[in-house]
Amino acid sequence: MLYREAGQFKTTYAEDMAIFPIRQDRIALAILLGIAFIGVPLLATFRIWPFGSDYLLWAILLPFLILALAAIGTNILVGYCGQISLGSGAFMAIGAYSAYKLATGVHIPLASLGFAIAIPPLPVLASILLGGFMSAGVGILFGIPSLRIKGLYLAVATLAAQFFFDWAFLRLPWFTNYAPSGSVNAPELDFFGVVVRTPVERYLLCLLFVTVLAVLAKNLVRGNLGRQWMAIRDMDIAAELIGIRPLYAKLTAFAVSSFIIGVAGALWGFVYLGSWEPLAFSIERSLDLLFMVIIGGLGSIMGSFIGAAFILIVPILLNVLPTELGLPLSTQTITHLQFIIFGSLICYLLIKEPHGFARLISIGKEKLRLWPFPY
Amino acid sequence: MRAPDTDDILLQVERVALSFGGVKALRDVSFNIRKGEIRAIIGPNGAGKTSMLNVINGFYRPNHGAITFKGRTRAKMQPFEAARGGIARTFQNVALFKGMSALDNIMAGRTLKVRCGVLWQLLRFGPALAEEVEHRRKVEEIIDFLEIETIRKVPVGRLPYGLQKRVELGRALAMEPDLLLLDEPMAGMNLEEKEDMSRFIMDVNNHFGTTIALIEHDMAVVMDLSDRVAVLDHGVKIADGTPDEVKRSQTVIDAYLGIAH
Ligand SMILES: Nc1ncnc2c1ncn2[C@@H]1O[C@H](COP(=O)(O)OP(=O)(O)OP(=O)(O)O)[C@@H](O)[C@H]1O
Ligand SMILES: [Mg+2]
Repeated sequence: MLYREAGQFKTTYAEDMAIFPIRQDRIALAILLGIAFIGVPLLATFRIWPFGSDYLLWAILLPFLILALAAIGTNILVGYCGQISLGSGAFMAIGAYSAYKLATGVHIPLASLGFAIAIPPLPVLASILLGGFMSAGVGILFGIPSLRIKGLYLAVATLAAQFFFDWAFLRLPWFTNYAPSGSVNAPELDFFGVVVRTPVERYLLCLLFVTVLAVLAKNLVRGNLGRQWMAIRDMDIAAELIGIRPLYAKLTAFAVSSFIIGVAGALWGFVYLGSWEPLAFSIERSLDLLFMVIIGGLGSIMGSFIGAAFILIVPILLNVLPTELGLPLSTQTITHLQFIIFGSLICYLLIKEPHGFARLISIGKEKLRLWPFPY
Repeated sequence: MRAPDTDDILLQVERVALSFGGVKALRDVSFNIRKGEIRAIIGPNGAGKTSMLNVINGFYRPNHGAITFKGRTRAKMQPFEAARGGIARTFQNVALFKGMSALDNIMAGRTLKVRCGVLWQLLRFGPALAEEVEHRRKVEEIIDFLEIETIRKVPVGRLPYGLQKRVELGRALAMEPDLLLLDEPMAGMNLEEKEDMSRFIMDVNNHFGTTIALIEHDMAVVMDLSDRVAVLDHGVKIADGTPDEVKRSQTVIDAYLGIAH
């Protein structure tokens, strides 16, 4: 009876078009944001349970936020625009390495022309954002074939991008500033004089990025551009006949998606890992991101968060729970269990509920809204 | 019948031929559509009616012939250009965006009217929000008109066929077209639904002055609604005139009896 929209009359279209038109949802969101922005930092600063150690921040919240951001990016392309991509990991890498190169200064000797392109080291914020734009540019490039090829063939093309960039960042020493080990160290996280060091500060930084980008992404998907993407996804021929240009719709989806994934990649490298090896952004990362959007919900921003949380937490639970219950499992068994759970869940969702957990939640809410009367 | 006047001709199809491999879907078909009229295209199954609409809105490229729309002649338009030129259409087999709500489907029909750029849409603030609300207001008028208020937030994939056809008409109307092509808008409907749909088509034509080309198998509906009827059979235009003239034409009767046997 508590979850009701009765009595909440919307008097303007603007109200009905708000992100969360129902008051209870808005209250829930406000509480969530309060906990995320104020509660968690306070608890962590004063080391109150469950933040007695930095484990929760480092091992769960930080990767959760960044992967949720990357999942939003993946969802825009795969869930909203219907273009299957197996290259999300590569776009994270492009964002991370571009940001790294820009933050450490770019030098491209063009010996044959007798001069060199030199860009001085840029501030961290500019590097991260430009890393996103670089990723967007490459995304557009790899999006061009999507005008001709669809479905499985496009997936294979994006897979090729994944392998190409894996190879490039591993084998071309220019990207790693000729570091002999091939691993790179992120610059100091200096934002206009404020240096981000502790886990809490890193968490807040990522939270800020994720919140802002998630709101902007939500604005896009519920506006005209988002409707163009979904129209192309659902029926490209009819979309064209109402004046949507497939070229424009698909390439904007590639650009926006790759931008967000690129920024997530830069955050992953700079804020979470600190120093990283080329294989930090392998095909497994791409698959994880794809699983996240399928499990969380194709075509749902909220689903991207749910999916990221699920993929991140299940392995941890599998590690912790059996030990707590006095049934320690071997690492191998855990890995296998994980595959079994994800695999069967994805099969189930793809067949039964392609909109994932997000849809299951909204169905639950619909029921709740009517409860206790069945109609 | 009004006197032929080239000024009020919105669309002229001139000797259009179209074939798929060996199948000649259209053979030298010429006809025109006048501003403000309801123009029916009828004919037995496989006569080439849908192909004709596909040629008109640029989806098929005719083998030869020309199309003059609003005074501009060309062999083929891109579907995108046709839409921008003011041609909207519905499909014989509903072609809605299945994963989107009825409201979003119709809102998508406003795409060409959107003025705010992507950056504004990103912020969804000030002029962008005002524009979005304005589109929503226009779309709500269409929703009221088509009497689909109760299903506006339902994903169209879950709607019964008759309502899907209505939503599809709504999406076409949202484009504020000059020429509306309707491919069997009443196929598979019961009598009551057909009456509703007929009323909507009449109202669109009367209130907004939209020119309509209508493919329909139900003769009673065609005779009721249309100003002029063109009859196709095996890709050939075998008759053209007012409903009464067409009804009396022996060739038309033969064509229909031909498939009845
Ligand atoms: N894409 C296509 N490829 C091959 N043949 C086609 C194609 N589209 C139409 N045809 C053929 O062209 C002819 C005309 O088809 P069309 O769909 O225009 O007929 P119609 O008058 O709309 O028929 P119906 O009343 O059954 O809808 C048919 O013989 C059909 O098989
Ligand atoms: Mg047809």
